[in-house]
Amino acid sequence: MVMFWVSLLAISILLYVLLDGVDLGIGILFGWTRGEEQRRAVLSAVAPIWDGNETWLVVTGVILWAAFPVVYATLLSAFYLPLFFMLAGLILRGVAFEFRNKTQRMRWIWDLSFAGGSLIATFMQGVTVGALVEGLQVTKGQYSGGDFGWLTPFAALCGIGLCLGYALLGACWLVKKCDAEVRDRALHQIRIFAVSVLVFLVIVFAYALAEHLPILHRWIDRPYLFVFPAIGAVAAIVLALSILNQNDRWPFYTVAVIFLSAFGTLALSFWPYIIPFVVTIDEAAAPQSSLMFMFWGGVLVFPLMLLYTLISYSVFKGKVGTTGY
Amino acid sequence: MDTTALLLSRIQFAFTISFHIIFPSFTIGLGAWLTVIEALRLATSRPVYRVIFDFWLKIFGVAFGLGVVSGVVMAFQFGTNWSALSKTAGPIQGPLLMYETFTAFALEAGFFGILIFGRSRVPPWFYLFSTAMVALGTTFSAFWIMVNNSWMQVPSGYVIENGVFVPNDWTRIIFNSVVWSRFPHMLLASYLTGAFCVAAAGAWYVLRKKYHAESRIMLRMGLGLAAVLIPIQLFFGHLCGGYVNTYQPSKMAAIEGRWNDEKPASEVLFAWPDVQNRRNLFEIKLPRPFGSLIDSDSLTAGETGLNSIPPENWPPVAIPFFSFRIMVGCGLVMLGLAWLGTYLSFRHHLERNRLLLWPIFLSFPLPFIAILTGWFTAEVGRQPWVVYGVLRTADAMTPFLTTREATISLVMFCAIYAFIFAFGTFYIYRLIRTGPAGKLSETSRLAVPSRPMSLANAGPIHELSRVVAGE
Repeated sequence: MVMFWVSLLAISILLYVLLDGVDLGIGILFGWTRGEEQRRAVLSAVAPIWDGNETWLVVTGVILWAAFPVVYATLLSAFYLPLFFMLAGLILRGVAFEFRNKTQRMRWIWDLSFAGGSLIATFMQGVTVGALVEGLQVTKGQYSGGDFGWLTPFAALCGIGLCLGYALLGACWLVKKCDAEVRDRALHQIRIFAVSVLVFLVIVFAYALAEHLPILHRWIDRPYLFVFPAIGAVAAIVLALSILNQNDRWPFYTVAVIFLSAFGTLALSFWPYIIPFVVTIDEAAAPQSSLMFMFWGGVLVFPLMLLYTLISYSVFKGKVGTTGY
Repeated sequence: MDTTALLLSRIQFAFTISFHIIFPSFTIGLGAWLTVIEALRLATSRPVYRVIFDFWLKIFGVAFGLGVVSGVVMAFQFGTNWSALSKTAGPIQGPLLMYETFTAFALEAGFFGILIFGRSRVPPWFYLFSTAMVALGTTFSAFWIMVNNSWMQVPSGYVIENGVFVPNDWTRIIFNSVVWSRFPHMLLASYLTGAFCVAAAGAWYVLRKKYHAESRIMLRMGLGLAAVLIPIQLFFGHLCGGYVNTYQPSKMAAIEGRWNDEKPASEVLFAWPDVQNRRNLFEIKLPRPFGSLIDSDSLTAGETGLNSIPPENWPPVAIPFFSFRIMVGCGLVMLGLAWLGTYLSFRHHLERNRLLLWPIFLSFPLPFIAILTGWFTAEVGRQPWVVYGVLRTADAMTPFLTTREATISLVMFCAIYAFIFAFGTFYIYRLIRTGPAGKLSETSRLAVPSRPMSLANAGPIHELSRVVAGE
């Protein structure tokens, strides 16, 4: 039963990163768009789906709370400020979708809130993951790192890395969904961000080596973990080939695979810990009576959520054109 | 523990949840109403329904967006500020809110995109289905939220093991009289909010002599719906009073401004509760046994007064006392407007009666005020408990939360919410002021050059020509 909820949690996190990563990445790239027509096309590529995408963040949150209350309580209170900054970013990004069409003169405010909000939210997500990888300071089962314990150079580096990663994902989505100038620009951006992400990964790895992060021991203990970076590397090669061949669909899927492999690497390096090296999955699990009650939600309703996601993606499939929906 | 951080956390939760509830209560009602309008359009093919639908859908979009972004905050705030609560009550509250997200959030979000952008991409029946799914999603959401909150009001179906609430009877947690009087109460409140906003907009257009057909449909449907629903709402409100009287004597005593045990009890209508001296100033009350009759449906029942409850278990008396009266007052004014308006519209006098149209137009804040004050009564009245009788609010907070953190987050939320609320209400106001034609002219202008398909859907020719004529 615990494993079942671990899997659903993993699927939700992954879906959130891949789906809302696209929206946030497009938000980050939005700062580089020129002219109303381009902006409209860029926004149309995600406007009907962003809300559903963001839902996976809430899904992740509630699964964590329901199945692993201790983790929910510990992590959310430890990451108090970065989470609220992230939420502020998500709020500014979210209202921009509705508000920018309601005004001409003040449109720049919502363009700014869309781009800025996406950037802040992404950076804070990266920082949170980075701080988690570095290890939370916990004394007697309680976070003891202080208000700004999460703000370390490594965490900040991960924040920047995630911005680059989401921007790459966003650019791939634009190539898939848009035409003409927007697509051409995005194709160019893919090259830039793909190289940047690669450089980032090298730096992070070097940093982890230099700082002797505990996560490295896992890699020495578990050599099979290298399967994931290998998958990522293959995907990167396919990405390069698909760009050279001017293929519009493959870049997105290959970058998704790269994200998948990064996620797999992290998750399995933590295993069996859910808060790295402090709390294990079994220690954190909710009582059996809670997990049993949730089971039907997981078996019957969770697939329905995947179905809604599929339906809304298939209704809005294909290129958006320049006028939007 | 940091008492300033506790106070700030309480203010932050109260502020963010009050801000949030404004939007769902509006969209739950409006979503259901949009479904009815779209069904009527399919059934009758009258173009006026399409105009009304498109118009209110735009307003729905803005309100829904604000509800979504402020709702995501709620999913995190239990963990950030109230981690002791989320750890100990997580095994019960977590699964309930998980079901909320699974059954409601995903449904709403998935079909909302189709509702706003997808009309030209799906068959008409599927569009109606999508509308209904969004409305259903908002309703499910309200249901699970009420189950969760009702458990905090009247905890049941659990045992405490190692300081953790472990559920042992989910049927009791979900199917109990508290949930099933509070959930309809909230749902009806949302429907009334939708109905009054629609009626108020209709009244405004009638007063300004604009949108003849649309305004009359909005006015009559809104008022008619409210006229039927308010009496039912009063009945469910009475049932809610019943649960408070049975399970939460301290809240009941505060609402009633009752200091001493009385058997049978009198009923305080208005007063100024003087907590220091444990008495009411300027009291106007109904004699015995009206208090017992209202609280316990009995002529002889004894009612508890605050004096027989230890003061450390009292809520801040004035807030539930006054907010309850404001809620009831709003309800009675709405009842009067809805009945009078419906009566006159049956006699076809309503549209000429400007003396009634003005108050109907200006009545749109009433349902929002009633919902907010109703929640203040329920939530402040529950204090000092977060899980009534079991866990104190002070013990529910994140133990290491600092005043600095709480200040930063509270200031940030106040700034951002003030900012988006100001713009959001301004945009909604402008949409409503412009009226149904604004939407039509914009779609048609956009639709003509680039998307001939959407022209076919943009409504019959006479509506387009009306736009061209500048109406």
